[in-house]
Amino acid sequence: MSAGNMSLTLKVWRQKNGKSEGNFETYSLDGISPDMSFLEMFDVLNEKLVSENKEPIAFDHDCREGICGTCSMYINGRPHGPLKGVTTCQLHMRSFQDGDTIVVEPWRAAAFPVVKDLVVDRTSFDRIISAGGFVSINTGNARDANSLPIPKESADEAFMSAACIGCGACVAACKNSSAMLFTSAKVSQLSLLPQGQAERKIRAEKMVAQMDSEGFGACTNTGACSAECPKEISLDNIARLNREYLGSKITSSLV
Amino acid sequence: MSWLTQTLSSSIGKKLIVALTGLFLCTFLIVHAVGNLQLFKSDEGLAFNMYTVFMTTNPLIKTISYGLYAFILIHAFYGFYLAYVNRKARGTTNYARINNQSSWSSRNMAVLGTVLLVFIIVHMSEFWYEYKFGHLPYKSYTIDLAQGTVVNTENMPADFVLNSKMEEKLNDDNTTKTIIVKDLYVEAQEAFSNPLLVLFYVLGMVAVSLHLIHGFRSAMQTLGANHPKYNPLFDFVGVWLFAILIPVAFAAMPIYFFVQHLMQ
Repeated sequence: MSAGNMSLTLKVWRQKNGKSEGNFETYSLDGISPDMSFLEMFDVLNEKLVSENKEPIAFDHDCREGICGTCSMYINGRPHGPLKGVTTCQLHMRSFQDGDTIVVEPWRAAAFPVVKDLVVDRTSFDRIISAGGFVSINTGNARDANSLPIPKESADEAFMSAACIGCGACVAACKNSSAMLFTSAKVSQLSLLPQGQAERKIRAEKMVAQMDSEGFGACTNTGACSAECPKEISLDNIARLNREYLGSKITSSLV
Repeated sequence: MSWLTQTLSSSIGKKLIVALTGLFLCTFLIVHAVGNLQLFKSDEGLAFNMYTVFMTTNPLIKTISYGLYAFILIHAFYGFYLAYVNRKARGTTNYARINNQSSWSSRNMAVLGTVLLVFIIVHMSEFWYEYKFGHLPYKSYTIDLAQGTVVNTENMPADFVLNSKMEEKLNDDNTTKTIIVKDLYVEAQEAFSNPLLVLFYVLGMVAVSLHLIHGFRSAMQTLGANHPKYNPLFDFVGVWLFAILIPVAFAAMPIYFFVQHLMQ
């Protein structure tokens, strides 16, 4: 990590646990390199806090390669910060100016309660997946290649939806804390492929029911979710989910 | 719960109700705007007044208009209810800083809807209530049968009352007929001589424009209508028809009467 010369003021949300009241703490940080990632800058801050015998800031992170969906952070009013199509771990300090004040908050949604500081509980997403975001396949020998023809366009579209890493930026960006972009991407990636057809109808119904019961809001089609999504998941997915859900409700054998 | 009530009480189901009632209100706006264009006809309000009689007596139109009132209430109720649920989903702590990457109108549909609800209440008490329960004057038009033009008009005295909204009779000379009709046109003329009311109407139409520039496209998305072949059409209709043409046509009406009033 090269030493740098950026000086920053950080206003970070500190909250002991889900029950306590939180508040902003202000920290001054010097010697930040523009080549550091945003999380590395937080590592430097935490080392400083530890050396001062203070509690380090809790934040989620794992792969730091932009593919796991673990990091979060609502930076200067935007999930994952100012860049388009980038997770917080792939955001670098060169995107900020020397002397900037940066406000860092956790995702805020009733369905994402704060665990500590910047860490929120996103298991509501896991429960939406458990409700129907899977295919039941009897395993056996590997099938012959091309025995199940899939048009290139369908494969590409499904892949675009499957690019969702489930980070929750869509919920964080949405004024309604709606999980429609996440749920629609997860429904789409399966409904577009032949393997997903068996459970297609029940999947849309169950995942939407779980999404509603978790306390996420309804979609107002503002488009903020897609604009902030680090994987740039398209709003087309939400229209598809609406079709899947309403079509399924009208035609499925679930009464 | 049956599958139907379950569907309609889901988040997507509630939005479906808002979208369908909203699209119905959009089609109503087209009819309302086209019909009211007759205000611009320089026949001292004959066409408009006869159109008003038709719209308030035809059984089919009457049925649809009761449906319309219900749809306005359903649309408003579900809109506010969703806004409340959505606010609750936000949790108890607000962001200290928000840099939202979406349009202002898309984030303020409930605010715009409230403005429109107030507008509708004022508008209906100004015209609908007056026409139905108020004491509107009657106007008599004498029409040349061969030419089809108005040859003479006469304002009936204030205490003149008919049992119906309109009476039509052939005159003795057999070349002209006389139509006596409730005069809503003069009501519009008088109402829009007030600059404050004109301003209120123009602002109301700005709210319609902002509500529909997001509303129409959003309703299509909620219905699942999102396709590269048709999206340009939805965008065009949403912007040019519902956010520009219709609000401008409506706003032109009070302005037209106000300018007429100024020139007198």
